[in-house]
Amino acid sequence: MNPTATSPASRSGLIALCEAADVPFGEGRSVTLHGRRIAIFNTAAGFFAIDNDCPHQGGPLSDGLLADACVTCPLHGRRVDLRSGRVQGHDESVRTYELYLLEGSLWLNFDAMEPLAA
Amino acid sequence: MSQTIRTRKRSSVAVIGGGIAGQAVIEAVREQAPDLSIKLFCAEDHAPYDRVRLTELIEHGRPVDDLRLRPDEWYADHKIEVVTGTRVSRLDTRSLTVYTNDDAQRFGAVCLATGSEAMVPPIEGADKPGVFLYRYPGDCEQILGNARPGARAAVIGGGLLGLEAAKALVSLGCRVTVVHLMDRLMERQLDATAAAMLLNSMQDLSVEVLTEHATVEVTGEHTADGLRFADGDSLACDFIVVSVGVTPRIDLAKRAGLTCERGVVVDDRMQASAPDVFAVGECAQHDGIVHGIVAPIYDQAQAAAAAIARAKDVFYTGSIPSAKLKVMGVDLVAIGNVENGETVTFTDPATGVYRKLAVSEGQMVGAVLMGDTRGHELLLDIAKTGKLIEDPLATLARASEATAAELPDGAQVCNCNGVCKGDIVSAIRERGLTSIQEVVAVTRAGAGCGSCKPLVSEILKLETGDVVDEQAYLCPCKSLTRDDIAGVIREHGAKSVSEVATRCGAGRECGACKPGIAYLVSEINDNKHREERGARFINDRVHANIQKDGTFSVVPRIYGGVTSPAELRRIADVAERYEVPMVKFTGGQRIDLLGVSKEQLPAIWEELGMPSGHAYAKAVRTVKTCVGSRFCRFGIDDAIEMGIELEHEWEGVYTPHKVKAAVSGCPRNCAEASTKDIGLIAVEGGWQVRVGGAAGASVREGDVLVTVETKGDAMRIATTFLQYYREHGEYLERTYGFVERVGLDVVRENVLDESTGEPQRLRERFRLARAAVTDPWLERREPVHPKQFSEIDSEAAPAGRPAVAFGSESTPAQSPVAVNDSEPTPAGTPVA
Repeated sequence: MNPTATSPASRSGLIALCEAADVPFGEGRSVTLHGRRIAIFNTAAGFFAIDNDCPHQGGPLSDGLLADACVTCPLHGRRVDLRSGRVQGHDESVRTYELYLLEGSLWLNFDAMEPLAA
Repeated sequence: MSQTIRTRKRSSVAVIGGGIAGQAVIEAVREQAPDLSIKLFCAEDHAPYDRVRLTELIEHGRPVDDLRLRPDEWYADHKIEVVTGTRVSRLDTRSLTVYTNDDAQRFGAVCLATGSEAMVPPIEGADKPGVFLYRYPGDCEQILGNARPGARAAVIGGGLLGLEAAKALVSLGCRVTVVHLMDRLMERQLDATAAAMLLNSMQDLSVEVLTEHATVEVTGEHTADGLRFADGDSLACDFIVVSVGVTPRIDLAKRAGLTCERGVVVDDRMQASAPDVFAVGECAQHDGIVHGIVAPIYDQAQAAAAAIARAKDVFYTGSIPSAKLKVMGVDLVAIGNVENGETVTFTDPATGVYRKLAVSEGQMVGAVLMGDTRGHELLLDIAKTGKLIEDPLATLARASEATAAELPDGAQVCNCNGVCKGDIVSAIRERGLTSIQEVVAVTRAGAGCGSCKPLVSEILKLETGDVVDEQAYLCPCKSLTRDDIAGVIREHGAKSVSEVATRCGAGRECGACKPGIAYLVSEINDNKHREERGARFINDRVHANIQKDGTFSVVPRIYGGVTSPAELRRIADVAERYEVPMVKFTGGQRIDLLGVSKEQLPAIWEELGMPSGHAYAKAVRTVKTCVGSRFCRFGIDDAIEMGIELEHEWEGVYTPHKVKAAVSGCPRNCAEASTKDIGLIAVEGGWQVRVGGAAGASVREGDVLVTVETKGDAMRIATTFLQYYREHGEYLERTYGFVERVGLDVVRENVLDESTGEPQRLRERFRLARAAVTDPWLERREPVHPKQFSEIDSEAAPAGRPAVAFGSESTPAQSPVAVNDSEPTPAGTPVA
């Protein structure tokens, strides 16, 4: 399923991130929200948002190599599933976020991330 | 009676015509008669080449030699005399004498393979400058000379060749209009539905198509400037390509008194109306039919060769016309005729797939496969063998899922060289072949465009029980090797990684192979590929080397490791101004600025004013030098000068893995050239060229490729080796692994033996690739994307800003732009 829904039930709690065009196709970019570095990806399977820091050694996942729905950390090659946040072959995972594409802009579900903000 | 005649051994044969047919005849004859003297007459200046791939001369600017069917050695090894640029002027069928302008020679047999020539339609003004045919390499050269981007080209003829020409012109940036006399494109191969789908694909490529337009005049006072049609309309254009079909070239046969209708009339042994005279290919007419495609040639050549060699009887009983091709980016297979009989079709307009099978009285009479040509080998075999079809729809569906195991031995696998599955299987069994390379070398299957290699590989796996050597997959997810993917790129003319992904799925699952495919796409397209940064490792998106903390290192190019006080001062100033955490010398005699943020890169490059050193890339990194004879009292030759020259020559060229080089001015070897990928060492009386050295994770002394007398020779050979490695190295295979895998003898053969022409061609391709390279650090002024060097909430420091200190702002680009950190923006209010 494409996680980039185009019609969320309500717009409350959404944070406008950027224009969709700010994230080049096939690449990722990062943004800081509430002290967390979040990576936004523009893939053939849609837009995804996950924590930017690789659980292995903190590598910037937004600089990683993208496939249709996974990213490979540029430092040591950990592979993270963009839908589940699971790290392939390791008992590790990163946080995923709900992301919406509305009229050409990307919005992150703020409510969904609130419990983690620390 | 005929028995006694046929026991008399023939001593010689003349094959007239150096095309695909002529080549097929000499290969078949040589196979059946090892001692027969064979002479091939080529009217063109080239030895036989693959005319089917003529479009590549335009599209990729390749030299004709790239299309050669066989290299010079092959003719020498097989004792075949080849004369090029020599037209046969007369043939005496009684004495079997072949006359050229300055010679006459008698043979035991003569085979005509004179092919056909381009038809020139009776259009007024068709002889004006600016009107070109599309048949010979020379035509392509002329077309290339006129096909500037934006030029308006008219192609007369919407058949196979015309559309090929049109596609090539589009790829060069021309605005193309195809003018066709009939009501649909390729009416000989396609039905109305398929033709309409093809039309759509052409319109996607912005090609205009005018059907049912009869051209009556080429307008223009001196040179062509447009076309006028029978209905009075006209079309303005800058040049015109005419491709309305071919006509058999039979003037020589006619003058020799041979029976000719449309072509030279032959019997089932391909013998013409005179004894010992044969005809094969597009000039031959068998059972009333003149074939204008490649496929029947191989069967005809076998029959003719058997008769020429007086071997066993082989009869040619006709062919079902079939063609596998790519028109306007669409894969197409047309077999037989789909206009008759009962038909079943499968259509998916969304993906541009159209598959149609025509059956008459339980027997297949034709098929059209468009967009998805899987299973065409199976269908062609059904057509050839006349197998009964009970359920046409099921047959059509099953064909698309056919595996190598289901293919009958007679199924043709390689269309370029006419190799059937059975040929491959018996070669594997009889000669114990275990690798794709061996199978290609022995059977020739896959030696042309390479698109059948995945199938060849499947057949090999079947025979060897999945044990296949050299399975270094470039895309392990899809079990595709470098060769497989290279085949896909060549067959489809793919110019980008995403096109490759669309064709074969490589890179979509885990993405790890994307940089390898990106390299392959760039290498095969001589760097005239379509760059997609998402397919590149982060280092190649921002042209700097990522460090453990996500910062980058900057290594400017310092040719040969020779710098100047002013350059050092500038580097020092930049390091201070941007508070670069560490400045360090590298192992390759360069200066490394470590700990730079992504956003700082453009500004730092601008202030350095030096080209990229490519320390982050799989590319030629450095040419390390010693001081050599300029200062050193032991120096034999000028290592610095050569190092600097080589680094300029190789700068910016990407390679399968990093390439480190060095030049030492004497055998003391202070530049450590013996443990570099490419090392040159001055010795008394010349230069030693070493390759495959390493002193990293592996340590290996480079092999001495050759020792030559002059600096120029040494540099030329080093460059030739570099290109050989670029074309044959597996991605991420260093030269030390490459040289060991390939073997030094093979490297020498390809890099040193100038008589084959291959070293020259390697250098030519290197030159093309090098010419298309620019300094990536110039992207500081023209980034490929506004956010190339920044995050969502940061901006890159502008390049070209005045050289003033940033003061206390250590990282000038950290202020959040899109989102305020402490106060979430109310929903619904977009932030700039």
